[in-house]
Amino acid sequence: MSKHLIEFTDISKSYDGSLVLDELNLYIRENEFLTLLGPSGCGKTTTLRLLGGFETPDKGRIHFDGADITDLPANERKLNTVFQKYSLFPHMSIAENIAFGLKIRKKSKSYIEDKIKYALKLVNLDGFERRSVDSLSGGQQQRIAIARAIVKEPKVLLLDEPLGALDLKLRQNMQYELMRLKEELGITFVYVTHDQEEALMMSDTIVVMNQGYIQQIGTPEMIYNEPENAFVADFIGHSNILDGTMLEDRLVEILGVRLPCVDEGFGQNRPVDVVIRPEDVELVSPAEGCMEGTVTSLIFKGVHYELDVMANGYEWLVHTTKHIPEGTKVGILVTPFNIQIMRKPESSDEKAVEVDV
Amino acid sequence: MYKLRQQFLAGPYLIWIVGFILLPLLMIVYYAFTGSDGSFTLEYIAAAFTSETNRRSIALSLELGLICTLICLVLAYPVAMILNGMHLKNQGFVVFLFMLPMWMNFMLRILAWKLLLSKNGVINSVLASLGLGRVSIINTPAAVVLGMVYDFLPFMLLPIYNAMTRIRTDWIEAAKDLGAGSVTIFFRIIVPLTASGIISGIVMVFVPSLTSFAISQVLGGGHVLLIGNVIEQNFMQGAQWNAGSGLSFVLMIFVIASMAVFGMIDRDGEGTAIW
Amino acid sequence: MVKKSLQRLYLFLIFVFLYLPIIVLIVLSFNNSRTRVVWGGFTFDWYISCFQDEKIMSAFLTTIQITFLSALISTAIGTLAAFGISAMKKRGQTICLGATNIPLLNADIVTGISMMLLFVRFMDLGFMTVLAAHITFSIPYVILNVLPKLKAVNRSTYEAALDLGATPLYAFYRVTWPEIRPGVFSGFMMAITMSLDDFSITYFTKGPGVNTLSTMLYTELRKGIKPELYALSTILFFIVLIVLLLGNIRPQRKAQQL
Repeated sequence: MSKHLIEFTDISKSYDGSLVLDELNLYIRENEFLTLLGPSGCGKTTTLRLLGGFETPDKGRIHFDGADITDLPANERKLNTVFQKYSLFPHMSIAENIAFGLKIRKKSKSYIEDKIKYALKLVNLDGFERRSVDSLSGGQQQRIAIARAIVKEPKVLLLDEPLGALDLKLRQNMQYELMRLKEELGITFVYVTHDQEEALMMSDTIVVMNQGYIQQIGTPEMIYNEPENAFVADFIGHSNILDGTMLEDRLVEILGVRLPCVDEGFGQNRPVDVVIRPEDVELVSPAEGCMEGTVTSLIFKGVHYELDVMANGYEWLVHTTKHIPEGTKVGILVTPFNIQIMRKPESSDEKAVEVDV
Repeated sequence: MYKLRQQFLAGPYLIWIVGFILLPLLMIVYYAFTGSDGSFTLEYIAAAFTSETNRRSIALSLELGLICTLICLVLAYPVAMILNGMHLKNQGFVVFLFMLPMWMNFMLRILAWKLLLSKNGVINSVLASLGLGRVSIINTPAAVVLGMVYDFLPFMLLPIYNAMTRIRTDWIEAAKDLGAGSVTIFFRIIVPLTASGIISGIVMVFVPSLTSFAISQVLGGGHVLLIGNVIEQNFMQGAQWNAGSGLSFVLMIFVIASMAVFGMIDRDGEGTAIW
Repeated sequence: MVKKSLQRLYLFLIFVFLYLPIIVLIVLSFNNSRTRVVWGGFTFDWYISCFQDEKIMSAFLTTIQITFLSALISTAIGTLAAFGISAMKKRGQTICLGATNIPLLNADIVTGISMMLLFVRFMDLGFMTVLAAHITFSIPYVILNVLPKLKAVNRSTYEAALDLGATPLYAFYRVTWPEIRPGVFSGFMMAITMSLDDFSITYFTKGPGVNTLSTMLYTELRKGIKPELYALSTILFFIVLIVLLLGNIRPQRKAQQL
């Protein structure tokens, strides 16, 4: 897991004068499942397209397995892409689609036939050779697109929102399929998505991006539990993000209430962002809480109820298993350990982290 | 009930079809298979292939039609590709400019070429003033082909361009991703995906060039006899209606056959989609 | 970069091929020299004599009459037919559309001759026979433009209008008509352009003394070229250009309003 297979160095790219990537630096290790996560327009797809060879960077270099591939055309790169729209050739049968890349490499007929069989088995579509592209469902087309890419035995498979067009149930199935495939093939996956649950579930490493900048790189646990800034926190889960002031070590003020916390080293009277996850907000009787509020909405979500609680001029998002009717007066309680303090962005370089989702 | 009543709206049209399309075609068949005395004969059908004039005109029509179609294809295909590849904001307008000459009156376009190619025409005047001598293209098959290409080029361009716009860029990217170079992409992706447009274009150029008679009359000066010219002479000069109908019948069979050869045209109005 | 310039050069050459003849016509229409194609000074004379030429003017008038009458009648018959065909079962539709395609696919010369053979049995060839012929080859364009729009019309909205108490006529006018109007319009425009452009069919169905611009030009061309024809060409070119621009701008303006 340690070898750096792909390295982006100081990559910048702009379209029509607007900067999409700004001095991006990123390495991808061999055999990892790395996900580029972010809202649309954050530069994740551009990063993938640069790697695939469909775009050239304005500045910076891309290395693959030690060799500079920045100017190598797409058809000479040893990696393959699974496109968002599947991009199966409509005038070819399934078998012809899968064989396309192999025929270009002038592989023998029997080799190609074996490969088609093997690939179709791998994506659970045995016997689909003669079918036409039109006759397949979206999920099946996506599997064929994957089969078409992996028969070329790439070292890296690039996946550009491959599940974006599928319905929820199919999506979840395909997520497990992809993870299984990754295990069986033992190759590197670079995955692009805007769906944080998908990213958290499948990835070894998540790269959160916004407005052309990398916001945070880390394991799913790190990203979820210790977001480095308000953007990551907000994007990764529906969180309560509040403006606060760090009065001193282990004491923060939000919404006019002083709360003890566990963070230190921010200095005195510094403005900060405070993140409190909805499942970490406890609802108690008005007298017991650190602030008082009223339940303004209640939605049943299956595992839990999702509540909006208006308290001190802020609408708190709360997850609870208790049924509390609208209009109930409640107290809000947060244990110090569950208060996450984050620095506010200061320099202009960091302004991209401002939340605008 | 409602549906039945609505079907009657097609009534006038159905009467019109019978009166002005089917009956007239039957007239051609009638004249083609009867002699001047009204008795049944295959003489005039046979004459289409046995008479020296007819045989030569059929051969020449096929030859010029094929040459014209081929030139149109070779000229139009790159234009469609380049236009489709240019990411212009007003691409529609550029395409419109290429289609505009198609809407000029057919006869005016021929007039323009006669003017250019004549013995004392524009091209020869320019050549003469440069001291380069003259060319004599007018009244040759070459002039007829030139006129046909000019007249029918947009009919080739439009369906191919329409088919080209339906090729998604991610198909091209997928092919590149799988290792295809530009030659492979052209022959394995672009050409097959524009096949329907190519076929429509071929039919839309080949049929009118096979059956044209005005172009060959004006630019060929009576020296280039196509099937159309022979038919026209039969009717307008010789009053040989049976012979003319026989040849027309054969021409009709040719048209149907050439369409069958080039496959069925897709009828989604590709060729008529400029408005 | 080199590839791009080569592409532009190619487009430019095709462009020259397409427009050079038209430009030459336009330039010569202002050329003060009757016989030679050499520049002899600027003049409007050909335009004046073009308008004084009885042959040209009568052909011009006939063309306008034939074109508008045939476009109007074929649009009416064709639109009604599209309604009828859309209500038919699959089999009836196939037969009707097959018949519709005959004049589109058949050679013009055969269509023209076949109609002439029929017409001469019942009447003298003349204005009416040309008009009938133009209507015949225009109807298919109307049907092919209206039918797809009609198929796209949501039948349930029409029925919803009836359900809400609209009379069938009112429901048609307010619900169905707005959706098929673009198809009817483009069918009408196609009919006009096809009629304006036709030569072969007119040539065979016309009688002596009746000429459209196409057949008049053909007769004149066989004799030689008169400079008045250059002027006529230029006028016609700009008429077509203006009509086309209007036709193409219309839908855009509509889109802007939305």
